[in-house]
Amino acid sequence: MTRHTLSVLVENKPGVLTRVAGLFARRAFNIHSLAVGPTEHDDVSRITVVVDVDALPLEQVTKQLNKLINVLKIVELEDASSVQRELMLVKVRADTSQRTHVLEVVTLFRAHVVDVVPDAVTVEATGSPAKLAALLAALEPFGVREIVQSGTVAIGRGARSITDRTLERAARTA
Amino acid sequence: MVQVPHPAPPRTPTAAPASPRATVEARPAVPSASAAPTPVTAIGPERLNGAQSVVRSLEEAGVEVVFGIPGGAILPIYDPLMDSTRLRHILVRHEQGGGHAASGYAHATGRVGVCMATSGPGATNLVTPIADANMDSIPMVAITGQVSAPMIGTDAFQEADIVGITLPVTKHNFLVTNADDIPRVIAEAFHIAATGRPGPVLVDIAKSAMQADTTFSWPQTLDLPGYHPVTKPHAKQIREAARLLATARRPVLYVGGGVIRSGASAELRLLVDASGAAVVTTLMARGALPDSHPQNLGMPGMHGTVPAVAALQKADLVVSLGARFDDRVTGKLSSFAPLATIVHADIDPAEIGKNKAVDVPIVGDLREVLADLLPELAREHVQHGKPDLGGWWKQIDDWRETFPLGYDEPEDGHLAPQHVIQRISELSGPESIFVAGVGQHQMWASQFIRFERPNSWLNSGGLGTMGFAVPAAMGAKVGQPDRTVWAIDGDGCFQMTNQELATCTINDIPIKVAVINNSSLGMVRQWQTLFYSERYSNTDLHTGHGTVRIPDFVKLADAYGCVGLRCETKADVDATIKRALEINDQAVVIDFTVSRDAMVWPMVAAGVSNDKIQYARGISPAWDRED
Repeated sequence: MTRHTLSVLVENKPGVLTRVAGLFARRAFNIHSLAVGPTEHDDVSRITVVVDVDALPLEQVTKQLNKLINVLKIVELEDASSVQRELMLVKVRADTSQRTHVLEVVTLFRAHVVDVVPDAVTVEATGSPAKLAALLAALEPFGVREIVQSGTVAIGRGARSITDRTLERAARTA
Repeated sequence: MVQVPHPAPPRTPTAAPASPRATVEARPAVPSASAAPTPVTAIGPERLNGAQSVVRSLEEAGVEVVFGIPGGAILPIYDPLMDSTRLRHILVRHEQGGGHAASGYAHATGRVGVCMATSGPGATNLVTPIADANMDSIPMVAITGQVSAPMIGTDAFQEADIVGITLPVTKHNFLVTNADDIPRVIAEAFHIAATGRPGPVLVDIAKSAMQADTTFSWPQTLDLPGYHPVTKPHAKQIREAARLLATARRPVLYVGGGVIRSGASAELRLLVDASGAAVVTTLMARGALPDSHPQNLGMPGMHGTVPAVAALQKADLVVSLGARFDDRVTGKLSSFAPLATIVHADIDPAEIGKNKAVDVPIVGDLREVLADLLPELAREHVQHGKPDLGGWWKQIDDWRETFPLGYDEPEDGHLAPQHVIQRISELSGPESIFVAGVGQHQMWASQFIRFERPNSWLNSGGLGTMGFAVPAAMGAKVGQPDRTVWAIDGDGCFQMTNQELATCTINDIPIKVAVINNSSLGMVRQWQTLFYSERYSNTDLHTGHGTVRIPDFVKLADAYGCVGLRCETKADVDATIKRALEINDQAVVIDFTVSRDAMVWPMVAAGVSNDKIQYARGISPAWDRED
């Protein structure tokens, strides 16, 4: 199985996420990560789904997604032609003796410290899944106390907007 | 109460004339195929409450009949419904019956069927017919009451999250909490249900929205930016399909229910005649091509005819028209039609390549697909001449001669169910509508009734819902009151939904029910005979000859105000059927006591290759080795 990143443009209506997630669940596809948020159009939301699945079942689930009335467009984003980012907040044990070392790692990864208490710091980092994994590995020796991580968000490189093209098409064919 | 004045003075629709969005127009109350398009009269705004808006919306959507049962959360709608002169509400006895009746109505008329239920258990009782309609692509709108918006999510009395529950079994569904949304949502629901691949749409309306003041206007501008069914096929794929059809030496048209739904029987007939190909009609497509047509080999699949199954297995080209390569047709998928190039035409792109890899995919409405395919095929014939299919038809005719459909007379002296069904078909004629439940009787009906026209055969194909026949026959009779409507039912199925006989009697819906009574869950029993060493675990229903007859179907019919007849001997079969055909002012129930040992043949056991079809128990055709 290979990892695929899908951008799903949907109408901004209640229950849409359930409809999308339900299709993946029915085919027993494990959703690796999921991120939902607004777009530049008030009535359009964007779901980024990362799934581990073979090409053939992926084609079927994409077709099924397209059948959902509230789904406007589905685009698979390839690693090479898109930017993919996650956000991570990580709480690291760091007393006065260790803090400098922790901050060194934070600087190296161009992350930020967003909270400090005498025995710990909370680090905010964004990046590709690989970069965040590397940061975590570097922080591990100090003692990672808590991690929270967002789903991947992804956007295609270049000037074109999938949202605009989708809405133009919808207006033409409605 | 205040009667809403209508038609109200015309009003400019909300959308500007240049708007590219679709609208749903007002329809005449009684549309007919020949009627000229009626000019759209914009209606509204009318001041009313949400419940009245629901009734007005249904009226303007062209609804004539609603099957339903009231209850607390939908009560506000039932009040203005009482005053509507355009909507006929038929009070059913169980919501499942209402749902299947809406299906039967839709299937027999080609229009959208409508059912209605209250919140909670009323709505959950609709789940089975909704799932059934979803599997068989039946256009249906289900209106359910929901608890008041502020109560949703509080486990209120008779609350069920029916939108969540029906999410995977509807084409789409809506929750309405704002009364102003009612006309638009109902217009969208009908549009979605009827267009593209048809299917059920549920509209769940909060009681608070029914009671709120609002305005009503029609036509409605639809706001469906993500819904664009493709109906026009791709020209290049059509050309490729035509080329294949003109050059194949062993072509088979694999015709599915999509041909019926798209109303493409006439176009199909032209293609069949032009191509000279063999035709198989699936369980959902029986009647799409007349059984009397010499190229029609009958039904393929688990209980299909040997010629139909064999033709698919030996074909060099299979053109699937509105079929979905269901496991009951393909048998073991990897060995289905192993020699064939596959052309698959369907309005639903998700069907193409879902089960079987396809060489030529065609997305489109079958009427348009066939209309485009015909001239391309003619062009191919002009260029390359018609292919010589003589050898193919000789082989097929050999199969037909060696393996015709048939049955043995039972040894226990009881009726042969096949004979009963065949005589019903012959005496009632092809203008009748035949509705079946699920099981042996359904298979025999699809095998032994001679179907000559589309929409004359209704059954639960995909979901296999026992109990479908009586309520669906009721709905079909409401939609086609001038046709004789037979429910061919089993004794197991009949006991699941026969309460709707009360609805038939009270509302003057004279259906005819032939209970093919083998006193058991026959199809399950057949599998126990074949695969479980004749250990008949929980399949005896005690309804037949020589049993306690619980219940006695003749007495049951009598209790419901129907005519109850019983037929136990072959000599009485014709007379009993004729007697039933003479009764047109009452529903009739005939208890045909048939042999419980009768089995459905031919048969391909589940999960094995279609090559291993058994013509009768232990008898398999010996295929030519040269293939």
